[in-house]
Amino acid sequence: MHIMEGFLPFKHALAWTVASAPFLAWGLASAGRRLREHPQERMLLGVSAAFAFLLSALKLPSVTGSCSHPTGVGLGALLFGPAAMVPVGFVVLLFQALLLAHGGLTTLGANVFSMAIVGPFVAYGVFRLACGLRLSRSPAVFLAACLGDLATYCTTSLQLALAFPDPAGGVLLSFEKFAGIFALTQLPLAATEGLLTVLVVNAMAQFNARELQRMPVLALPRRALP
Amino acid sequence: MSRIKTGLMWAAVVALTTVPLLWVGQGPLDEQGAAGELFEGADARAQQAISRIAPDYKPWFSPVLQPSSSEIASLLFALQAALGAGVIGYWLGASRTRAAAARGDGEAPATDTPATPPQP
Repeated sequence: MHIMEGFLPFKHALAWTVASAPFLAWGLASAGRRLREHPQERMLLGVSAAFAFLLSALKLPSVTGSCSHPTGVGLGALLFGPAAMVPVGFVVLLFQALLLAHGGLTTLGANVFSMAIVGPFVAYGVFRLACGLRLSRSPAVFLAACLGDLATYCTTSLQLALAFPDPAGGVLLSFEKFAGIFALTQLPLAATEGLLTVLVVNAMAQFNARELQRMPVLALPRRALP
Repeated sequence: MSRIKTGLMWAAVVALTTVPLLWVGQGPLDEQGAAGELFEGADARAQQAISRIAPDYKPWFSPVLQPSSSEIASLLFALQAALGAGVIGYWLGASRTRAAAARGDGEAPATDTPATPPQP
């Protein structure tokens, strides 16, 4: 989902940067407040960030014959709320833009928007919905991480389609082309991310049950019960 | 979560990753029906799609630091993954030890039963 350096026209790059900035500020404030109130949660925030670092470094083969990577931001969104994952995703993308020439500084705003904003917020929304529908924890976590991942890649496709509408078919045809590259490739990878997120959440529920009680991942399914 | 379910999930993760490797024999087809490079990154394919849709588009900024070879790039990606895996490994190890100490047997727990918090 990384839009390469310089591959968004200036106006688009600027617009996505402006759109992402307030979320980043909100996320920093939200994560900071959380850690001041519950300093013992530092470890789990570290694990959430580590999960995003690990998963977004793994380029996995897909059935379409191309490679892509999961994002790993769904886990943190279910633990600390979606806003807290914005700075985490930002750090991952900045690391890759500065050192790896993967993504870029001019496209950082757009990439933050898809991976660190849309991904976590969709994951959180799907989880709330799934809990409202009385799904048990594991399927709800799986769906949340999986669909959050897919939403990120659909957003990238849309960002590119808006910047490069097809001369004949316009934004829609262009979106089809980019989604054919990104979203289709991502389907099995999103399932992988969903499964890995369930595995980590299960381990956390076993070892960090007390901290998890007040986090959405355990609090929301409980609230949905009659 | 039972050990069997955990094992099945790991098996599914491995299958989702290895089946494409064994099963897919050629790269994705572009609009002209020509097969692309096998297991090329989706990001690079999107870049090619851009140059097909807008052949006149010139990137207006280039990366500040370009890894000097694909070996250096994979070194940095490995470093990123190692950082993440290291922190997760530390947390798992510390958690198991703490759970075992709380149970008072000093050994890492062998079962999947939830750890009991220490009694005050």
